[in-house]
Amino acid sequence: MRSIWRTLDRDLLRDIGLVCLADGIVGVSFGAITVSSGLPLWLPMLLSVVVFAGAAQFMFVGIVASGGNPLAAVLAGLLVNARHVPFGFAVGDALGGGWARRLAGSHLMIDETVAFALAQRDLQRRRAAYWACGTGLFVCWNAGVVLGAFGGRAVSDTAVLGLDAAFPAVLLALLLPSLRDRRARRAALAGVAIALATAPFLPAGLPVLLALGGVLAGLGTDREPEPEEVPS
Amino acid sequence: MTTPLVLVLATVVLGAGTYAFRLAGPLLRARVELSPRVERLMAVSAVVLLAALVATAALVEGHEFAGFARPAGVAVGGVLAWKKAPFVVVVLMAAATAAGLRLLGVP
Repeated sequence: MRSIWRTLDRDLLRDIGLVCLADGIVGVSFGAITVSSGLPLWLPMLLSVVVFAGAAQFMFVGIVASGGNPLAAVLAGLLVNARHVPFGFAVGDALGGGWARRLAGSHLMIDETVAFALAQRDLQRRRAAYWACGTGLFVCWNAGVVLGAFGGRAVSDTAVLGLDAAFPAVLLALLLPSLRDRRARRAALAGVAIALATAPFLPAGLPVLLALGGVLAGLGTDREPEPEEVPS
Repeated sequence: MTTPLVLVLATVVLGAGTYAFRLAGPLLRARVELSPRVERLMAVSAVVLLAALVATAALVEGHEFAGFARPAGVAVGGVLAWKKAPFVVVVLMAAATAAGLRLLGVP
């Protein structure tokens, strides 16, 4: 694990640190919103350690706090989190070998760790980025939630800070190198179209899963030579 | 109001299900040798999922349009990233644009 620090250059660590900081602030707001909506103090902290997936946690709390059925909250959360199955196939090698790493590393798999890992050139950097981002986010997210649960109404609305725009921008910036590949770009555009077309009427999580249909658009039968077989 | 026991159970079930989703890929990958073609397909799938997440997170809140400030911020971030601006600038400018527009009264 020591090799992480040798592999990661200072720029990448700074980028990861920034995302961790922003995530920590959202964690503060999650803790504060949950407790101020009348739910017990321990709930946001338990959710953050056990589930560790921001969007699903906000959804769960939103449903339970408004008097909804807890079973419905669980199902809604699971639907939002189902995207981790394909994520796991894509970045599974970034966790490293051995049972301990696979078991622990899997829990750290979230959008940002996947995006940081995908953006790296070689396997060694993928591993380093995955673990640095995953552990950093786990620590910052949970620390933020504890702060928010105990103290905070200070940051109950992250929209004022524009953080709701920062997170899609983080993922977009990390995706751009992969989108230079023409087929990946075509698949992504088709997926985006599917997700946006279905988002107004399907439950959260499902539009993103349906977007996988866009992969078909990237298969393509165009018979050009494949200059894009560069390892990216 | 839901009892604490039910809340704990619900949290544990959601956590266990989420963990199973996360573990499936790494475990199954370790058992089978994947061809480069399949590897590539997986990578493209992740790109497609993340792109769809970006689009829905930027434009949709609940089932409604998220307002103009957020997608404007994401767009500014996207253009900066495309122009190879440093990551820190991309993220801060995306947030600042959305926050600034809201200060001006843009929803």
